[in-house]
Amino acid sequence: MSIAQTLLRSRAAAALTAPHGVDRYLEQINPMWAAHEVRARIVSIERETHALDDPAPVATITLQPTSTWRGHRAGQHVQLGVEIGRGVGGARRTTRAFSVSSAESGPGERFTITVRANPEGTVSKHLVHDAMPGEIVHLSQAQGDFTVTPDRGDPVPMRLVMVTGGSGITPALSMVRTLLRQRYPGRVSFVHFAQSPDHQIAADELAAISAADNGVDVHLVHGELFTAERLEALVPDHRSVRAWACGPAAMIELVQEAYDDLTVDGTPADRGGEPLLAVEYFKTPVLDTADAEGTVSFSQSSGAPGAEGENTGATLLEQAEALGLSPQYGCRMGICFSCVATKSSGTVRDVVSGETSAAPDEDIRICISQPVGSCQVQL
Amino acid sequence: MDTVDPTTVAGRYGLTPRQVEEFGAEVEAIRKRVMDDLGETDAAYIRKVVKYQRGFEVAGRALFYLPPFWPLAVASLSVSKILDNMEIGHNVMHGQYDWMGDPALNSKMFDWDNVCPGEQWKYSHNYIHHTFTNILGKDRDIGYGILRMDEEQPWHPYYLGNPVYAFLLMVFFEWGVALHDLEVENIVNGTRSIEQNKPLHAGIMRKVKKQALKDYVLFPLLTGPFAPLTFVGNATANLVRNVWAYNIIFCGHFPAGVETFTEAETEDETRGHWYFRQILGSANFEGGPLLHMMSGNLSFQIEHHLFPDMPARRYAEIAPEIQELCEKYGLQYNTGGIFSQLGSVFKKIARLALPGSAKKETVAGPTAPGTGQPLVPEDVDGETRVRASAA
Ligand SMILES: Cc1cc2nc3c(=O)[nH]c(=O)nc-3n(C[C@H](O)[C@H](O)[C@H](O)COP(=O)(O)OP(=O)(O)OC[C@H]3O[C@@H](n4cnc5c(N)ncnc54)[C@H](O)[C@@H]3O)c2cc1C
Ligand code: FES
Repeated sequence: MSIAQTLLRSRAAAALTAPHGVDRYLEQINPMWAAHEVRARIVSIERETHALDDPAPVATITLQPTSTWRGHRAGQHVQLGVEIGRGVGGARRTTRAFSVSSAESGPGERFTITVRANPEGTVSKHLVHDAMPGEIVHLSQAQGDFTVTPDRGDPVPMRLVMVTGGSGITPALSMVRTLLRQRYPGRVSFVHFAQSPDHQIAADELAAISAADNGVDVHLVHGELFTAERLEALVPDHRSVRAWACGPAAMIELVQEAYDDLTVDGTPADRGGEPLLAVEYFKTPVLDTADAEGTVSFSQSSGAPGAEGENTGATLLEQAEALGLSPQYGCRMGICFSCVATKSSGTVRDVVSGETSAAPDEDIRICISQPVGSCQVQL
Repeated sequence: MDTVDPTTVAGRYGLTPRQVEEFGAEVEAIRKRVMDDLGETDAAYIRKVVKYQRGFEVAGRALFYLPPFWPLAVASLSVSKILDNMEIGHNVMHGQYDWMGDPALNSKMFDWDNVCPGEQWKYSHNYIHHTFTNILGKDRDIGYGILRMDEEQPWHPYYLGNPVYAFLLMVFFEWGVALHDLEVENIVNGTRSIEQNKPLHAGIMRKVKKQALKDYVLFPLLTGPFAPLTFVGNATANLVRNVWAYNIIFCGHFPAGVETFTEAETEDETRGHWYFRQILGSANFEGGPLLHMMSGNLSFQIEHHLFPDMPARRYAEIAPEIQELCEKYGLQYNTGGIFSQLGSVFKKIARLALPGSAKKETVAGPTAPGTGQPLVPEDVDGETRVRASAA
């Protein structure tokens, strides 16, 4: 395979298949052949949670990626796109981010994602309820630096805390599984909040880890919401060790309060100190649209007429859609860059970081850009 | 006040602003219905066309190893290139399949088998031509800066060569399209500097190199002793595609009866007006499903200009409704057989080589200052209103 791969990735192959590229030809023969792109075949789908009448069950999905998969580091996520096949609007590829839940993978190696089926969701519901082994999904390479070794090569700290809630457990599972496989000599406090024992993801495995003598303390909290006091009681030294938190936005905000801007070496965060707490949101925070003003206008590169409307304070993507346009998007949470468009004028606020920018002719991700006053965008 | 405003395009047709807006709303309703209905069949269709195109391409390239099949190889490669440029490239780059979320069919990422870089074409075609359709002085597709295609373009002895330039443009169409954006005519007349072309040059050269390397070096070399045959075959396929594309595209805006507009009458257009102008400035031709597919459905140029980002396979189904709307509002829906449309294009090319001759007497009456346009809309037969000067 590797000689074939080298040939297929060569400049000669690119020149012969220009301007479309090698993958555009290979995919016509076999969707699991690729020179550059990453796709995966669903190998199996297994239920994780067993609550009766659970509106949002969780399943772990094993994926066999194409040989182009470069592997992942624990805590990273992939963009996964599914073409949902039936009915109106079918055959549309919809992409969402999912953390890899299995231990670190190497090139071409199988890995898993663990998905909570959002009852009104598009992708998660499809993956848990409707997808079948054999289905092909589209992937990005692993991305994100929500990892226990934020910079490649950095040693893993000897003491660390993971605080997770709901399906936010997935990146932490990958971290713990990886550390155990590597016979990590330090000590981990693994704190997880779930609705009930029936909603607990990876319950058996966590019980086994907890029972074994391996440096991982597992604290499963069921039927309670996160509080700083609870964390204090479970992990008394948590304010002095590096922590990773992932879960619902409301919980993450509370965890952030509990860690209020503590940094690794005491240098204040605004002077470059590295925060003690690393967080990952599964969903972008909700916008404050109260004091929106001005107008937003969109022009289209497709030749179709644009549109203009009053600024409602929603993201530019939502405002464009409300005006009847259908701009390109993928994740809708600022991570995939499918929605990048040029802002010709106006100021926008990045709803994830809170930063505003006013530069003209700037490329912005419209899914996480909220116009502050009037704004002009070329889609 | 809802009275006819003769300084607008709709005014020529005796329509009031409110009527234009009603018309616009009816057009939008058609658009919305189709766009809401897009789904699996549309996706399956374009994927099938891509599959055929790749199949024809691979077959064409392979048949060059069997010299007796040379004509078949050329035919196969020609079909592949035509499909690539028309039903796939042109339409995908208009964003017609962006809703599928497939990068391979996405307007931002797609590039076609053509020397004109897609990126650049999207500007000159999607933006300039589709926004300013048939506005003299703004839409550079009227004559592409080399031909005289409208009576309102002032005559010059240079235009005696009109038919010759048109023929050359047909033969070298892909090159013409690529060089179009360099606006050479504006450099000659001094309104554009060579400097402004620098960034464009680089893009064109990169694409030209890629295309030439593939068709004129690598694939011929790969066929070893048959290299010269393959070289000529590839050149022929490119030529066939050029001739085909040129003819299809010229049928879209240049047959008799298609209108042009002045900058003054199109200032501050509403969306309704914009739709109105798109219809008057375009022309269809009739044919079977295969002809429609091979022409990228530009046989439905009118529908395409109304909805450039609607999957082109849908134009056939809405064409009767658009035609009905045109009847209702007294607009000319310009269509005919492909040969009669082509004939009228060729006639125009020849006629406009000569000074003045094409210009029919305009109706007596007030004319807009400086443009010579009649101010009073002409009610030709009580039902259909056609601009007198274009009849
Ligand atoms: C870095 C990262 C890692 C992630 N990892 C995981 C993971 O490991 N496991 C996991 O389960 N999830 C994970 N997520 C979340 C995941 O990406 C999805 O957001 C989640 O699965 C829901 O996607 P969906 O397509 O099913 O729902 P969506 O279709 O996106 O819907 C989400 C919500 O929006 C609402 N909604 C949808 N459409 C409409 C509409 N038209 N009008 C109004 N409301 C609407 C729905 O009611 C629903 O509540 C992660 C996210 C990020 C950013
Ligand atoms: S849609 Fe993914 S970054 Fe905007």
